Amino acid sequence: MKFGIIVFPGTWSDRDCYYALNHTLGQTADYIWHTETDLSTYDCIILPGGFSYGDYLRPGAIARFSPIMASVERFAAEGKLVIGICNGFQILCESGLLPGVLRQNDHLQYRCQWTYLKVETTSSPFTTTCQPGQVLKIPISHYEGRYHADEATLFELEINNRVAFRYATPSGEVTQEANPNGALHNIAGIINKNGNVLGMMPHPERACEPILGSSDGNIIWESIIASIQRSTR
Amino acid sequence: MPVSKEVLDEIALSQEEYQLIVKQLGREPTAVELGMFGSLWSEHCGYKHSKALLKQFPSTGKHVMVKPGEENAGVVNIGDGLAVVFKMESHNHPSAIEPYQGAATGVGGIVRDIFTMGARPIALLNSLRFGPLSEPRNRYLFGGVVSGIAGYGNCLGIPDVGGEVYFADCYSANPLVNALCLGIAEADKLVKARASGEGNVLMLVGADTGRDGLHGASGLASRTFEEERELRSAVQVGNPFLEKLLIEACLELAKTDWIEGIQDLGAAGLTSSSVESASKGGSGIEIDVLKVPRREKGMTPYEVMISESQERMLVVVKRGYEDKVKALFDRYELRSDIIGHVTSDGIARIREGDNVVAEAPVALLTKPPVYRLRTRKPAWLDKLQSLDVKSIPDISLKKIAPTLLKLLASPNIACKHTIYRQYDHQVGNNTIILPGSDAAVLRIQGTSKAISLTTDGNGRYCYLNPFVGGVIAVAEAARNLACSGAEPLALTNCLNFGNPEKNDVYYQLKECIAGMSRACRVLKVPVVSGNVSLYNETKDEAIYPTPVVGMVGLIQDVERHCASGFKNEGDIVFLLGTPQAEDTSLGGSEYLSVIHGLVMGNLTIDLELERRLHRCCIDLISRGTINSAHDCSEGGLLACLAESCLANGHGFNSTNWRTDGRLDTALFGEAQSRIIVSVPPRLVSKLEKLAYKWQVPATALGIVAGTRLVIKDYVNISLEKMERAWLGGLDT
Repeated sequence: MKFGIIVFPGTWSDRDCYYALNHTLGQTADYIWHTETDLSTYDCIILPGGFSYGDYLRPGAIARFSPIMASVERFAAEGKLVIGICNGFQILCESGLLPGVLRQNDHLQYRCQWTYLKVETTSSPFTTTCQPGQVLKIPISHYEGRYHADEATLFELEINNRVAFRYATPSGEVTQEANPNGALHNIAGIINKNGNVLGMMPHPERACEPILGSSDGNIIWESIIASIQRSTR
Repeated sequence: MPVSKEVLDEIALSQEEYQLIVKQLGREPTAVELGMFGSLWSEHCGYKHSKALLKQFPSTGKHVMVKPGEENAGVVNIGDGLAVVFKMESHNHPSAIEPYQGAATGVGGIVRDIFTMGARPIALLNSLRFGPLSEPRNRYLFGGVVSGIAGYGNCLGIPDVGGEVYFADCYSANPLVNALCLGIAEADKLVKARASGEGNVLMLVGADTGRDGLHGASGLASRTFEEERELRSAVQVGNPFLEKLLIEACLELAKTDWIEGIQDLGAAGLTSSSVESASKGGSGIEIDVLKVPRREKGMTPYEVMISESQERMLVVVKRGYEDKVKALFDRYELRSDIIGHVTSDGIARIREGDNVVAEAPVALLTKPPVYRLRTRKPAWLDKLQSLDVKSIPDISLKKIAPTLLKLLASPNIACKHTIYRQYDHQVGNNTIILPGSDAAVLRIQGTSKAISLTTDGNGRYCYLNPFVGGVIAVAEAARNLACSGAEPLALTNCLNFGNPEKNDVYYQLKECIAGMSRACRVLKVPVVSGNVSLYNETKDEAIYPTPVVGMVGLIQDVERHCASGFKNEGDIVFLLGTPQAEDTSLGGSEYLSVIHGLVMGNLTIDLELERRLHRCCIDLISRGTINSAHDCSEGGLLACLAESCLANGHGFNSTNWRTDGRLDTALFGEAQSRIIVSVPPRLVSKLEKLAYKWQVPATALGIVAGTRLVIKDYVNISLEKMERAWLGGLDT
């Protein structure tokens, strides 16, 4: 099993994803420079966080035109797993692989803090090892993380169980106070129609060891590993 | 060519200095040469008024690999084949004029100093000073500086893990923005900032050169300023995305053997980077300004040579490797141009095509005059120090709780979360003690070690007693590290002062440095890098003398570290150190300032006790005896207890606390050398044994309990109430 971590100019979560997967979880993960196009040897593609192209114009707006993105679209169309974290989520929305947009936080400030995520579905390949309603402690770090979509899209996401995570209190209540950026429906992460593309603002790669304050992020990686193992068996 | 006063003023050279240049050069300098001398002989680059004093700092130690002035930053060996590279630098004047860009480019500059040496930057800290937030302009400066730091640092993916901020009137027109960066490198793979080897190639990489930042070093950083508008063009504009690309490209380049050295372009731009690398390499350089890519048309050689456009690096490429180096930068979509070469004649020769526009010896350019002033203690200082405590009525019992709330809400004590939550403090997967404790702690991947970082510097203390204030700046930094369980390795500093040509300011500078040096020797902490920011004055008013100490320590076992908050209900709380605060400890206190509106008094510290206290605290943490440790500083004992309560939401209960002397002194006095720790009941005897071993007084204060801070007969207040005051202190 092999993970591919895409590196755009300005990406910085690449190294943390690499650390979490190779060191903590004992997997194989490689960096892939954004000008490459061949993803055939990978089982899961990660679009990590950071400031691709300096977030100039709009986060993700330039990165979506990188040569590798056409390959990522094909990779996703083949039903293989793609996870976009933070800036990666923004790129997925910009490229149309996920619906909606990520707007500036409602308080108009950058925010780095721990958040608690209520797992809303355990049927996705990204959450299959979670317990229903489980709360994950995973940090955020962004300026543009307020999920927004029109009513019809939100309805579609909700009715089809495509909201993966919602900001919640440590005990799992979805409240306004627990929402760090004003995201609609407290949305922290969503899944595409086919269920193989996840975008999330919080950083699971940062919650990879107890000494860092939480290892809950590993549950998401372990779900991905379990799903790939199941599908290749 | 007679030179006018206006011309000399613009580059901050005196008539005498000009004559010295003429004499040593044997002729009148050209315009370009004059600009180069002005930059390199500025206080910022040349340390004219501080060099003689800075020699007092001890700079050697068994772990020290690079001392001050040798390279862009200091280097300390931490074992396992690794070294930490760190330095702190000021960006005060640019931030006063344009807070967002001033602070942002301050971060950019200090980060370049670190990766230039082949070290990956893994932590940023900031030490900030502003005028009171009740003034709209101060709020504008504060907001701009914090978002500038966030905007630049977050984009680079370097965690901003700590720092400090203080507010006082004297910083209103003259805020302080000091940024520290620490990087990690393989100890045997450091890159030098050196231009040597005749024929080697000078390659300029990164941004194009524009007219931004002209006279930054000589003008902004080296004299007082009155008219901010006319100097706006001296502030540079940052491009953090470009810097991020430079980081990755230069770190990749550092692993090759294609280069002789790398030097970033900071203050005085191409002039200082080329001439200083030639000086370190014992060589000369030749540059053709026509080969420097420009951002705008019509720039003169003078402007090209002193522009401070950001995100530029000067790479000294070994002859024959130009194409390989260029290909590497191309991959990162970075522009790189060959602009000159290294020579062996010791001359800095600048051409514009075939015309030579400057030709001066490197040795002369890098040897500004050194000034020493005779000083005496200013009379006003005696007056300030002679505080008669008896003239101040002691606090009444019923005033204790409201006073505590007022202090917790004082911006100097209040929780700084509104600042640090705007900074990414976790990227890199190393931060194990987040901002808000006494010191930040980062684990070192691939080892069982961790490093601890802090910045400290109480300007008010230094104003009241520059010598003892200097001692305390170092002592408190080391105490903060001790509270995290770390042995201090070394320190860096920013010395922020007024105009050194004035007796009073030079006296403060001299005394502060002497005090810091004394503390460094007793506590065995070498100084490995630093920066001086003088002329922090507006309309003849100097800031408080504000030396800021950035200290780095080592924790051998990452699992054995500590934070400031109480952890477990039932733990016993002890005060380590001076049990009875003297009346003089009200001097310079936050209490005296906030409650009585007084900035007066004198200060004392027992450095021997301080040293033993640190040993004791580190010993307790490394043996896993204590669960928390918190330095007792601004706001005194009661504020310290409150902070330990609020960190994790645990109460404190004391039933037998008594004081013989003044109540305000005991609760809010700022006696030095005190740490509040909490210990599980079964380990109390172990704590007492170790305290005895280190001859540190240990006084049981109470226990961790409930959700209130209770000292029987004195104060009884809910955490909720304290938290509201403490969290909201920076709201405006």
